[in-house]
Amino acid sequence: METLIIILAGILVMVATYLILSKGLIRIVLGAAILTHAIHLLLMTMGGLKKGDVPLLGENAASYTDALPQALILTSIVINFAVTAFFLVLAYRTYQELKTDNLNAMRGFKDE
Amino acid sequence: MSTVNMAIFIPFIAAMLIPLVYKKLPRLHIGWIVLVIPTFLFIRLACYIPTIARGETYLYTAQWIPSFDIYFSTYLDGLSMIFGLLITGVGALVILYSIYYLSTKESLQHFYIYLMLFMGAMLGVVFSDNIMVLYVFWELTSISSFLLIAFWYHRKGSRYGARKSLLITVGGGFAMLVGFIMIYTMTGTFHVREIIAVIGEHKESHLFLPAMLLLLFGAFTKSAQFPFHIWLPNAMEAPTPVSAYLHSATMVKAGIYLVARFTPVFGGEAVWFWLISGVGLFTLFWGSFCAIRQTDLKALLAYSTVSQLGMIMCLFGIGSASLHMDANIEAVLYTQATFAALFHLINHSTFKGALFMVVGIVDYRVGTRDIRKLGGLMAFMPISFTVAVIGSFSMAGLPPFNGFLSKEMFFTAVLHVRKLDIFAMDTFGILFPVIAWIASCFTFIYCMIIVWQTFFGPYRREKLERKSREASPGMLIAPVTLALFVVGIFFFPNVLGDYILKPAMASVFPSFQSDNYLRQPISPWHGFNTELMMTIGILIIGTLLYMSRRYWKGIYNLVPDSWTLDNLYNNTLTQMEAGSSFITSFYMTGYLRHYLLYMYVFFILAVGGVLVYTGAFDFHMANDAPINSYEWMIAGVVFTSAIAILFAKSRLTSIILNGVIGYAIAVFFVLFRAPDLALTQIVVETVTTALFLLCFYFLPPWRKENAEPRSKRVNLVISIAVGLVFILVALSVKSGKLFDTIAVYFENADELAGGNNIVNTILADFRAFDTMLEVIVLLIAGIGVFSLIRLKAGKGAEKIED
Repeated sequence: METLIIILAGILVMVATYLILSKGLIRIVLGAAILTHAIHLLLMTMGGLKKGDVPLLGENAASYTDALPQALILTSIVINFAVTAFFLVLAYRTYQELKTDNLNAMRGFKDE
Repeated sequence: MSTVNMAIFIPFIAAMLIPLVYKKLPRLHIGWIVLVIPTFLFIRLACYIPTIARGETYLYTAQWIPSFDIYFSTYLDGLSMIFGLLITGVGALVILYSIYYLSTKESLQHFYIYLMLFMGAMLGVVFSDNIMVLYVFWELTSISSFLLIAFWYHRKGSRYGARKSLLITVGGGFAMLVGFIMIYTMTGTFHVREIIAVIGEHKESHLFLPAMLLLLFGAFTKSAQFPFHIWLPNAMEAPTPVSAYLHSATMVKAGIYLVARFTPVFGGEAVWFWLISGVGLFTLFWGSFCAIRQTDLKALLAYSTVSQLGMIMCLFGIGSASLHMDANIEAVLYTQATFAALFHLINHSTFKGALFMVVGIVDYRVGTRDIRKLGGLMAFMPISFTVAVIGSFSMAGLPPFNGFLSKEMFFTAVLHVRKLDIFAMDTFGILFPVIAWIASCFTFIYCMIIVWQTFFGPYRREKLERKSREASPGMLIAPVTLALFVVGIFFFPNVLGDYILKPAMASVFPSFQSDNYLRQPISPWHGFNTELMMTIGILIIGTLLYMSRRYWKGIYNLVPDSWTLDNLYNNTLTQMEAGSSFITSFYMTGYLRHYLLYMYVFFILAVGGVLVYTGAFDFHMANDAPINSYEWMIAGVVFTSAIAILFAKSRLTSIILNGVIGYAIAVFFVLFRAPDLALTQIVVETVTTALFLLCFYFLPPWRKENAEPRSKRVNLVISIAVGLVFILVALSVKSGKLFDTIAVYFENADELAGGNNIVNTILADFRAFDTMLEVIVLLIAGIGVFSLIRLKAGKGAEKIED
């Protein structure tokens, strides 16, 4: 299971990298979002998968699954959401002001 | 605070007070007040002469940075006394001269502030015992000299000369600093006297030679030795008092002081001997050779300074040979070279200072320094003419002036060194007297040019800007005083020898205890010996060459103009600028993709390289959990949608596919026993997708990526490589031996935090700090989104962007 998830995460990283290297603004935002998915999967996997029960104490299980990575991922999801939302609006505003989403056309001002 | 420490600080304090006084006394020439300082210091220092002559030295120490062994310690001995007297004495005369030279229309306060800074720094250099403090003052002289050269900063030449001198001298200064640090590493002390005491144990150290070379690099750049002499002629853009003071009498001798001061440390080594005497000898020749072709009097004097400094340097090199031997009679023979060097050091300051001042007077009165326009000034300027004759004839080495004595001693030294049987001198020794003699012939010629071209010949009124007349008496005081010294030293050289030079010799040769060895009386008449013959030869050959110089001037055109060292310096600078701007514009393209590529390539090489290089890859599936069929299916969904995004035709498809990946991951969280994560992931994914769709209408159209096939291939390769490195590292980490998890601790959530949901207790109790900051991130993002949408740049803001 761990091996499968890691390979899956690796494929997500490949896709994300390819998208980030492209010229369109939206592709880059999407690429960043996919990259975080990959990282979350990785974090989850590193804590070990399906090694115990749901981390709720009422269950009286023999062992619980590792709760620390879950807390970390939860934090990361929220931060990632904040960043994605901001990027999205930034992309929107950039497009509105510059009338282009081609990164190659955005190279700063000539006199800089 | 002792007197010597105060002597260093008084000029700095004066520099601070000058602007205040300048404002208060607008009518008075500020130079009169400044004049008091070097005069006072000169008298104060002169009071030490008798005690120093008895062999006493003074050491004062004040704390500066004791934890780094940096003490503000000053050491007054014979050597620093010579320099101290020169700095203050010539300084006083130069200031007196400058009062008449510079009118009150100039920004005088700046001039005197820089000059006082320089004087204080120079006194600091010669009195410092701690080499780190010495370095501080050393750089201060470079900086104040930079400011003084560029005093008329509106002139292009001044700025060029100032920059050139700063680059070269500061470059040398840095090298010297490294050398000093090496010395400290070897000996464990920054104090010159302690270094001299313990250096004998470290001669075999591998740092010994580099330290020596770096130190010499500093000394050669400062003292304008070949090939670093090129800054000195350009520094002549400075006002003439500055040229007379800095570039003949004091700053250019800082390197010589350094060599003299460190002779007890490095002297006796073949490298030291050869570098100093060889470079000095060549500089002597090259400077005198180049001086002849100059048409600007100050440039001519600059090259003559270079030449004379080379001669002094050469003498110090020869003198250092005696440290190779024991203190016997034969060794003492070579110490006479050092004696001659110190003697000529003083002589050069006197006659060169006087010559510069005369040239300044000519420039001031006539309006030009070009020898092609000058001529026949003798009748108009008799006193300046007399001073010029005294200075030039002394520089040429003619009696009855002090230059004759030092030149004779120089010949004695080079004739002696020929017979030296160490350092392979039996092969090359003959070069010393030959080159020295040829260089002296050239010296004679350019000295004659100064006198004859300026003061004799036809008077050409039409080429001159102003009507010629003698300078005011005040302007003549300083050069006449120096000229009196030139003559006075010739007639009473032994007074100088006993009181000034002998204690300085003791500083250079601390191991030679019996001071009777270190001094022989100077006499102008030795009988008919080789030295005298050489001088007569110079007189005859030099006169012939001077008369016939128009016939052999062609040799200066043999080497093309573009082959000069100046051109080398200029081209190096241009090439460096062009090269660095080429490199920078080569990789700083402004394309985001390129920068990302650098990062990814670095990631692949660094992380992947380490993985391969250390052989850390390790993979087994022993601890893996089993995979169910529906888990295969979800993995298949994620895989398919991820690949499909790359080929999506519309932005709606890609947004939905992204949503699919998000929901599939939420399902994975369910399978991995993470209910909170699954909930959050579903909510967040929904909101993100909603956001994408909300912006949908405003977002740019999803175009097909129209990149070149080549860059697409590069992107593909890079992405696959990044993914592979990611997978390999993750797999190795998974399969490695690890410590047990600390999560067991959090299973006490009920007792410790009173909650049953472990994840939530971690978030809100065990590690609540993370959560707080995460909330702040969310808040900031919210504010950011809000302000991006609401606050739009108006027309005014567009101008700011331009």
